[in-house]
Amino acid sequence: MSSAERTGRGALTALAASVLLVVIVAALFPWLLSGTDPLQTDVRQALLPPSAEHWFGTDQSGRDVYARVVHGAGRSLGIGVLATGLALVTGMLLGTASGVAPRLLDTAAMRANDVLLAFPEFFLALVVVALLGPGPVNVAIGVTLAAAPVYVRLARVQTQVLRRAEHVEAARILGVPPVRAFVRHVAPGVLGSLSVLATIGLGTSVLAAAGLSFLGLGPAEPAPEWGLMLAGGRNVLGQAWWISLFPGLAITATVLAASFLGRILRARVEGRTL
Amino acid sequence: MRTARRIAGIVASVVLVLWGAATLSFLAFRVLPGDPVSVMLGPQAQVGEAVKERIRADLGLDRPLLDQYLGYLGGLLRGDLGTSYQLRLPVSEVIGRQLGATVQLTALALLLAVLLAVAGAVLARGHGARGAVAVVELIVLSSPVFWIGLLLLSVFAFGLGWFPVSGSRDPMSLVLPAVTLSLPVAALLGQVLREGVEAAERQPFALTVRARGAGHARLTLRHTLRHGAAGTMTLAAYLVGSLLGGAVLVETVFARPGLGRVTLAAITDRDLPVVTGVILLSALVFVVVSTMAELLGPLVDPRLRTASGRRVPPARLEGQR
Repeated sequence: MSSAERTGRGALTALAASVLLVVIVAALFPWLLSGTDPLQTDVRQALLPPSAEHWFGTDQSGRDVYARVVHGAGRSLGIGVLATGLALVTGMLLGTASGVAPRLLDTAAMRANDVLLAFPEFFLALVVVALLGPGPVNVAIGVTLAAAPVYVRLARVQTQVLRRAEHVEAARILGVPPVRAFVRHVAPGVLGSLSVLATIGLGTSVLAAAGLSFLGLGPAEPAPEWGLMLAGGRNVLGQAWWISLFPGLAITATVLAASFLGRILRARVEGRTL
Repeated sequence: MRTARRIAGIVASVVLVLWGAATLSFLAFRVLPGDPVSVMLGPQAQVGEAVKERIRADLGLDRPLLDQYLGYLGGLLRGDLGTSYQLRLPVSEVIGRQLGATVQLTALALLLAVLLAVAGAVLARGHGARGAVAVVELIVLSSPVFWIGLLLLSVFAFGLGWFPVSGSRDPMSLVLPAVTLSLPVAALLGQVLREGVEAAERQPFALTVRARGAGHARLTLRHTLRHGAAGTMTLAAYLVGSLLGGAVLVETVFARPGLGRVTLAAITDRDLPVVTGVILLSALVFVVVSTMAELLGPLVDPRLRTASGRRVPPARLEGQR
């Protein structure tokens, strides 16, 4: 890699990290970035274009779009983050179990997992929500189940590799009980690999959750949520493009930054350049 | 003999997948809490328990679970998907009416996606161009598909007025939805295709082809593209899923009638027979498409043909997500 490329990559990494930092601040302490109430309606101020007063304009009820984007960060990313975490745990449990299970059970579980793995997360999440019914909780369950197969697969592979690793063999020969050897020497390694995957998978889960909200299957109005805001913007697209622009930009920037950093992290861990 | 066994294998896997999908949706609706009759009547309905009981009996929901399951499977065998709770029409009719619009949309989107992906793989040569294509692909894959649709609609329909804003009569109204649906698929296909082409270009045979005097175009179109295409075909199931899932979003954005709208309405209204019908249809499309991809693979990629005629499974793709 040339030095110019390295500088460029460094700049991109810094940019991605700052985007994520801003998004995290918005999600945890929205009042630091916007003092305006995201639910405050004012019909006289409806559909105003972006200005010094309303940076991202106002929506059909006169609510400030900037405030709604900032205050919506927590809710919009919450489902994706929660689902990624739960998918990681599910993957850890099922994957390691399958990795130590009898061969027949392991094969059957992995075949089923492979079928799920072949589908995009959004499609799987939609099927789960179709079966369970709409609502934010069911959306979170759907996105979790849709994301889990990748983690299950990786956890199972890592378990099988680590079980045969020399340090685990050594522990066994020294008389460490199998359960203890598993908890002390296998599980941490598996968890490490899954965490790296989670940084990359986060973006996909956020996208799937946003899609389901856009369809009206997740949080309900007037909650500020990016997918839901875009659905509202659709109805007035001809008069107010800004309602449909900024929440989408926020989703794309977040997902792009998260998957870029995830890839760099993975490359670092695997000891190679991108 | 081998062909007969292979056909039997294919039929068995088709039946297995459909049975699995049918059983799973049956179980999900019967085991999960929530009374279908109350959901069907809506929260405002002022209906006595006696009336509910009668509706339940009409729908056969008061029979033992195993009885219901066998009746349901028997119906499926006869091609009877049940009756929509909301529309009071046979599910096959509800789905059949809207199928055409969605097939048009997805077929055009798939065609566009393949053209875009191949164009990206063939035309982008050299470090810089390929890097630029990769960046565009990454941005598209990081954007919500419905947002891409909103942007296109805002610029080309509301802004420039080149395309109608909504509706489905005018053939021009198909362009923007199809482009929207095709972009993420194209980006994904393009990533896999380019990776395959680049790997094939590093092989010794590529050097041999060049040494024979073949130009880049011939090398790509005749040789390396076919190597790249094999990996792309194992993405078949992924494509089916992303087109069906994407259709729900895209049809909502562009206010187009179609299977996606029917699905969304059925999910919101808890119209369980319609939801089951859509799930079974997706499962059917999935098995048909992946079987076709499996059969066509050796025709496209010469490496999958062997002297004995047995198929060598292509290595599972890295980075398909």
